[in-house]
Formats: sequence, C-alpha cells, structure tokens
Amino acid sequence: MEIVYVYLKKRSEFGKQCNFSDRPADLNIDIPPNPELAAQYVERNPVDMGIQCSVSMSEHEANTERFEMETRGVNHVEGGWPKDVNSLELEQTIRFRKKVEKDENYINAIVQLGSIMEHCIKQNNAIDIYQEYFNDEEEVEVTDEASSAKTINVFRDPQEIKRTATHLSWHPDGNRKLAVAYSCLDFQRAPAGMSHESYIWDLENPNRPEMALKPSSPLVTLEYNPKDSHVILGGCYNGQIACWDTRKGSLVAELSTIEFSHRDPVYGSIWLQSKTGTECFSASTDGQPTKFMVGTEQGIVISCNRKAKTSAEKIVCTFSGHHGPIYALQRNPFYPKNFLTVGDWTARIWSEDSRESSIMWTKYHMAHLTDGAWSPVRPAVFFTTKTDGTLDIWDFVFKQSDPALSLKVCDEALYCLRVQDNGCLIACGSQQGTTTLLEVSSGLSTVQRNEKNIAFSIFERETRREKILEARQKEMRLKEKGKTEGKDDDQKDKELATNLEEMVAKAEQEFFDIIFTELKKKEAEAMEKKAKPQKKQSLEMDEEVEEDNTGEEEGGDEEKSA
Amino acid sequence: MIRKTEVEETLKRIQSHKGVIGTMVVNAEGIPIRTTLDNSTTVQYAGLLHQLTIKAKSTIRDIDPQNDLTFLRIRSKKHEIMVAPDKEYLLIVIQNPCE
Repeated sequence: MEIVYVYLKKRSEFGKQCNFSDRPADLNIDIPPNPELAAQYVERNPVDMGIQCSVSMSEHEANTERFEMETRGVNHVEGGWPKDVNSLELEQTIRFRKKVEKDENYINAIVQLGSIMEHCIKQNNAIDIYQEYFNDEEEVEVTDEASSAKTINVFRDPQEIKRTATHLSWHPDGNRKLAVAYSCLDFQRAPAGMSHESYIWDLENPNRPEMALKPSSPLVTLEYNPKDSHVILGGCYNGQIACWDTRKGSLVAELSTIEFSHRDPVYGSIWLQSKTGTECFSASTDGQPTKFMVGTEQGIVISCNRKAKTSAEKIVCTFSGHHGPIYALQRNPFYPKNFLTVGDWTARIWSEDSRESSIMWTKYHMAHLTDGAWSPVRPAVFFTTKTDGTLDIWDFVFKQSDPALSLKVCDEALYCLRVQDNGCLIACGSQQGTTTLLEVSSGLSTVQRNEKNIAFSIFERETRREKILEARQKEMRLKEKGKTEGKDDDQKDKELATNLEEMVAKAEQEFFDIIFTELKKKEAEAMEKKAKPQKKQSLEMDEEVEEDNTGEEEGGDEEKSA
Repeated sequence: MIRKTEVEETLKRIQSHKGVIGTMVVNAEGIPIRTTLDNSTTVQYAGLLHQLTIKAKSTIRDIDPQNDLTFLRIRSKKHEIMVAPDKEYLLIVIQNPCE
C-alpha cells in the first residue's frame, strides 16, 4: 500500500515568497492493526534472557619495574657414568667403553648411522649451498630512499646519582664494546657520594656494564689505544692521566704524578700513531697545549708543531672564528687539510690554507653545539650534537644550508658523540648518563659515486673563495693604512676612539635589531600557521614576513662588511 | 668380532673426509664412547646436542606421528654440526664445508 501526499502549486505562483501559517493537525492515513498477521508468529512463554549483575571492569596494561634476569648454564664436566664406574679412574672408563663397543646394537647402529653421515658429508663437499653468486656486481644505489636513523639500544647509568656522559670511545677491533666516561662537568658542583666509576659496555648487554673502571677522581675523557685494544687512557677531573689494562682489572695500572699533570680537568686526549704505540697527547684548559691541534676556550684553534725546539715556534698558526669554547675538533679522514670545529652555536669547516676564517659554516642554531665528528666512511658527512638533545647529520654534497637529517634523541642535552669505524653506528651520551646507540640508514653510510671528488671540489672552491676574500681585505687594509698614515697621530687616536665607541654602539644596535626581527619572524610564522583558515589575515602576515626578510638581509649584509 | 672392524673402518673413513674437524659417538647418557676431540669439548657437545635432538625429534613427531627424525644439521658461521640419532647412540660430526 503506497502512502502518497501530493503538493499542488500553480505555475504562476512559482518563485513567490512563502507565507507560512499555522493550522491544526490533519490526519492523512490511519492503519489499524491486522490480527490476521499475528497468525504468522508464535508466542514464546517463558522467555529466557541473560542479565549479568556484576561489577563492570576494564582491561589495563602497566609496565612494571624492569626485572633483572640472567641466563646461566650449568656445564657438566662428565657424562652420566653408571654407578659402578668411577669416572676419574681411567681403567674403569676404558673398560666400560670397550664393553659398549662389543655390543651388537652398537655395531649395527654405528654402521647404519655412518652411511647416512657419509652421504651428508659428501654432499657438503660437493656443493656449497651458501655460495654467493652475485658478489662481483656492485650494489645498486637506492638514492630515492629517504635517509633515516633509528635507535638500537640505550645504555643507562646504573648509579643512583646521574652523571653526564662526557666522552665515548669505541673498541678498536670489532667494535662490540664501548667505553664511556662519566663525570659531572658543573664547576665544583659534583654531588657528594657520586661514584667515580666509568664503564665499559658490551653492545649485546645493555642492562649491565661489562666492566667498571675505578679511578681516584671522575674521568672526563676516555680513549682506547688503537694499537693495543686492551689499554685505555683516561683523563681525570683533577688533571691526572691514568692508564688501564682491561685484562688486569678495574684498578688503575698507571697514574701520572701530580707534579706533571695539568691543573685543570683534562678535556681531551688522543693516542698518537707512534711506532711504540705508547705515546699520547693530552690537552687541558690550563693552557699547556701539547696536542698538535688544540681548540681553546676562547674559540681559537691553535695548530702546534711538536717537533719545534723553542716554545715560540710551537704555535704555528691560529684560527679564530668561534665565539665560545671549542668543543670538538677533528680532521677530515679523507682530506686532512680540512678540519671540522664545533663550538658555540655553529659548526665550521676550515682549511689549513685559509687562516682568516672558516671556509664553510652552518647557520646559527637555537641551542649550543656540544660535539661533532666526521663520518669515517663518507667524506662529506659529519654529525653534530646539541644541548636540546638533537643529533644532526649533515651532508654538504646533498644540502648545505640544513642538516640532511635531524633527530631528537632525548630530552636532555647531548654531550658527546662517537661514530663507529664502519660509519653505521653512532653512540651519543647525554646529561643524565644515558648513552644511545643509533643505526644510520645505508644511504648515509655508504660512499656514493664520485663523492670523494665532489667533496674535494667543494673544499677547493670554498677555500679559493676565502682566499680571494682575504686578498681583498688585505688590499683594503693596506689602502686605509696608506691614507691614514699622513694624518696627525693624536687626531687619529681620538678619531679612532670615538669611532670605536660609535661603532660599538652601532654594532650593538644592529645586533639587537637582527635578533628582534628574527624573533618577530618566528612569531609571525607561528601565527601564520594558526591563522591559515582566515586567508585575509595570512596575506597580511605574508607581507609582514617579507618585510622582515628584507630587513634581516640588510642587517646581515651590514654585519658582513663590518 | 669381525664386524668390529667395520665400525673402525666406518669411523676412520668419516674422519678422513675433507673438512671434517671431529667425530664422536655418544650414548644416551652422554658418555662419549669414541671421540677424536678432547673430553671436555665432547661432553659439552654431547649434553647440548642430545637435548636438541630430542626436541627436534619430538617436534617432527608432534607434527606427524608417523614421521621420525633421521638426521639433524646445524649450520653455523664457522662450521656445520651433523647429528645422526639412534635409539641409544648419537653420531656427531663437525665439518668445515669448503668453499
């Protein structure tokens, strides 16, 4: 039965305004119940229905404290000899064996098993089923795979009072072990009761360190001897240098005496590649540079000559360019003339030929950079760590203005970084003493075609550019000298003095302006993101941002010429 | 008695194959009856491989009760361990497959 209601409207009234009016309800259709339909159904009496009257519960998961388990095996030295045979007595065991060998069962069994076994042995010798067929072909490069890195393992400081992991060193052979030095770097604020120990971790067992090194004062830095993998050199907080032999145990094997040590904490030490393998360099902040290349707290890198006779000749040249202490310094393993320095908010690459400034540098970051290292496999890749817990991987063949990959490793600051020799694994240590082990994707750890040449040409190009700039600056300075030499000295001094003050004030003003515009720009960007649905507003913001950009660029130019 | 020489010959032949590092015969209690390696290594192999063989055997039987384990081969990085199980004895051979 179809229920239909027809609405009528005259054509002349189409498009006319609707005039609504109230009217009482109108009954259109009335369908009474049909008892004949009830015959199709059967009444059910009684009706069974389940009702549960219980407490409603929900399922939750919780992670409990880590339960430490250790797997131990029991080694049986002797098999299950029967009671009447004394396993230590050679005669009795021989007699027992002879008895077994005479057994009929034994003979049958051995003959049968022997034939099966021979078959398999011959099979093994005939074909090697694990043979590599395509070894000669080079791996096809998958360059469109996005580079990534993932955390493999985390090692936590087992002590109650957490200390900063200040230095890491990989074991030279096989790289299965990692030595981490723990200490508290805050000046004089080491909490009482803090343990002095530093640990050696085995990568397979992140729960417990493999061995503990117990010096008399906390270790700031730690290095494996590359020639003799059992010897570790450590620099202590109180300035002494200590030496361990991992075979002998956790106590110090040798210790430098107080007279010959540095007065300040030893911050860095490396093993020298000498023939005897027992020499080493150490550097500290009290200004006794014996290292070949030293980064100082003032932001200057000094290159020294160890073979020089007089101490005046020892310092060959200095490179300045950082605004704060230099935290890391490393030569490029492929092109030793170029080296990387990390300090304050940037990382810079230098060439030994250009002394005035670095040839390449990263932009200023929001957080301090604490450590940096070249990748031992790829000449154009290096890693840096920051105090906001991020690890940046830079590939300047791929991109020069930003890191190729930036990872947030942990919430606290990262203090040190070490790359394993195969370029795949990176270990970084944090302020809470947690060492994280990351594996880098193969795109970042295998050498690309032509990469060496490209990196070399980049270095060359930048070095040339710097040289040209240097030459021009020298020219300009000579010109100025020539001009001012004719003037009166006093006047010159006064002028210079006032000029200096003015210049300083002007520089400060410019500096603050730039910072201001940067902050504004950042705020504008953040607001732009929020106000996206409102198109009008975003247009305004765009204009503002553009203005800021131009303002910032001008400021940047001024700074460069000053 | 005559057959005893067969046993000797078989074992000698197995040991002389290319790449074979060691051969041993162990009984169900883990006592080495014949071995070409030193005692402690043999006992270690015996104990561990015995358990593994039993586990493998029960696995095969669980999947198909009519089936039975005839041979067990473990390929490791350094060499291959081959175990031929019997009701009472185990014949174990360690071979270095040549490439």
